[in-house]
Amino acid sequence: MTEERVVSTGDGVVATDMVLNIGPQHPATHGVLRLRLVLDGERIVSAEPVIGYMHRGAEKLFEVRDYRQIIMLANRHDWLSAFSNELGVVLAVERMLGMEVPERAVWARTLLAELNRLLNHLMFLGSYPLEVGAITPVFYAFREREAIQEVMEEISGGRMHFMFNRVGGLKEDLPNGWTNRVRTAMAGVRDRLPQLENLVFGNEIFAARTQGVGVLSKEQVLQYGLSGPIARASGIDMDLRRDEPYLAYGELQDVLRVVTRTEGDCYARFEVLREQVHVSMDLVDACLERLEQLPQGPINQRLPKVLKAPEGYTYAWTENPLGLNGYFLVSHGEKTPHRLKLRSASFNNVQVLGEMLPGQLVADMVSILGSMFFVVGDVDK
Amino acid sequence: MSEVLEAALRLIVVFAAFLTLPLLVGQLEHKVMAHMQSRMGPMYAGGFHGWAQLVADGVKFAQKEEVVPAAADRTVFRLAPALALIPYFVAMVAIPIGPGLVGRDIDAGIFFVLAVMGVGVIGTLMAGWASANKYSLLGAVRQVSQLMAYELPFVLAAASVAMAAGSLGFTDIVDAWEPWWLIWQLPAAVVFFVAGLAELNRPPFDMPVADAEIIFGPYTEYTGLRFALFLLAEYAGIVLLCFLTSVLFLGGWHGPFVDSWVWTFAKAGVLAFVVVWLRVSYPRMRADQLQKLAWQILIPVALAQLLLTGVVTVAW
Repeated sequence: MTEERVVSTGDGVVATDMVLNIGPQHPATHGVLRLRLVLDGERIVSAEPVIGYMHRGAEKLFEVRDYRQIIMLANRHDWLSAFSNELGVVLAVERMLGMEVPERAVWARTLLAELNRLLNHLMFLGSYPLEVGAITPVFYAFREREAIQEVMEEISGGRMHFMFNRVGGLKEDLPNGWTNRVRTAMAGVRDRLPQLENLVFGNEIFAARTQGVGVLSKEQVLQYGLSGPIARASGIDMDLRRDEPYLAYGELQDVLRVVTRTEGDCYARFEVLREQVHVSMDLVDACLERLEQLPQGPINQRLPKVLKAPEGYTYAWTENPLGLNGYFLVSHGEKTPHRLKLRSASFNNVQVLGEMLPGQLVADMVSILGSMFFVVGDVDK
Repeated sequence: MSEVLEAALRLIVVFAAFLTLPLLVGQLEHKVMAHMQSRMGPMYAGGFHGWAQLVADGVKFAQKEEVVPAAADRTVFRLAPALALIPYFVAMVAIPIGPGLVGRDIDAGIFFVLAVMGVGVIGTLMAGWASANKYSLLGAVRQVSQLMAYELPFVLAAASVAMAAGSLGFTDIVDAWEPWWLIWQLPAAVVFFVAGLAELNRPPFDMPVADAEIIFGPYTEYTGLRFALFLLAEYAGIVLLCFLTSVLFLGGWHGPFVDSWVWTFAKAGVLAFVVVWLRVSYPRMRADQLQKLAWQILIPVALAQLLLTGVVTVAW
């Protein structure tokens, strides 16, 4: 393995490109994504995302778990969107069973899904500036997350893996006075969020590091099947909450704004995230209002001892915080699915890195990587 | 004999200051950053508001195993922290903090200090090269190319004030200083401070040690005491820069009521606060953006200031 290199000047210069492994252990990849970069100086010649360090075989495990257990497994792949992940599974099973979900449960689910989206987006609003060297926003973001996590913890007992969905509704009814506490939390977040926004969005250096960097064209987005905030930042006007309404989104169309940008650069992606936070807060408020008007009633359905989905198949997809999250459920009428294919948002979203990174500097690589808003568990499944 | 004794005594005092002031700045950074980020910062070590946190850190560093990577160039690797640290100590000897309060008053003080400070970068380069680590190498190369950006405006800005005072000695400059220089030499002061930040790898110019990109640049492979020495060098650099700026541009020990070394310390303290403040509020620039800043803004401003200073000095 010894290779002799001749170093000289003039005609005899022998230059070898440097291969740099970013990850699997690297502070910029939030987990164990690995990028194999070939560098010429600091300029990236080629980049290859190497994934799978956190593969847990979720899809195979789904096949040997019953539908109650699957919810627990499914909420783990994207650990920042646990509630939204559960949602796809229960929607699929309910659809197979032809089960009607009580109205209170539908609205509560919508509310919780939006709170989950807030938690997710706030995380990235804090962590992305960290990657371009601003160390303070993350503390502000986590302060807001804490306020929301408190109300989530109150109903579900969990701070990350809520496990609050059940086939046919939710685990339990909402506690007394909980909606008021959510409202207080929202008011607080609304009040303090400008501190975070002003710190980042008015900043010249932040703009210089992100504007015009890592531009994704509309075509690339379509070719690679990107979705979520990243796709919308490149001008793809698609949001399942509007285009194929599930839960109560159909009735929230006047509150729901689909945030899009056309620039497709890191700044646009980050801006979409920021504005989606505001949209989500509006949705939360609308859901709260509606929930308080709804008459008392059940929040879930009684389930049989052994829950079996009838033979057939269905595909349930939801607009998760990071993009489209879909479950293709094939049932042979048993208590476990025959196959449950998971389409996760981050898996598609990181694939485009191989095309985005070449030609960029190492410093820009970090800006781009951070702006792709992925969760490694969601990539590796 | 008494001369030797006095010189030794002065050196000892400077050495003590060299060891304690960086810790003070470090503790200031801990606390200021924490409060700006709605945190408390260290609260336990030493009892009162964690005042002994950095002492505890030092003890921890001293206990750690010193690891030298197998592929590293052992001698160079181990020598590098010394080369990064000692120049700052040597430079500190020449900086006066009050009338007569100086390690050694040198006639060409500015010249001496700027030259010595420039040596520190070799320590970083040695560390990056000897570590046999690609991240370290990238960091070292960034550090050295950063030199291209900050060294020229740094020297030009200092030259302006030397011209205005008609002397290269710090004491003479402070004696010649008058309050209206604050306005007249303001551009040079800003350029000097900004370029100094770039020299010290302080945010927003910390790309040689950018943690999100290249882990910790040239210092990635260092552990224990040698790592601590690099950190000490950074904070000693802050101390040096703040004192330099206050002596050159802010009038040193001149102040309302009475001229005293207290003023020098107060001015340097405020500047150190600004250094921390910038770290808390700014993201990191890219290497080429710093070059652009240096060559398109800092150097032209410094040159214009030099011209202005020249004209005013001759015309007066």
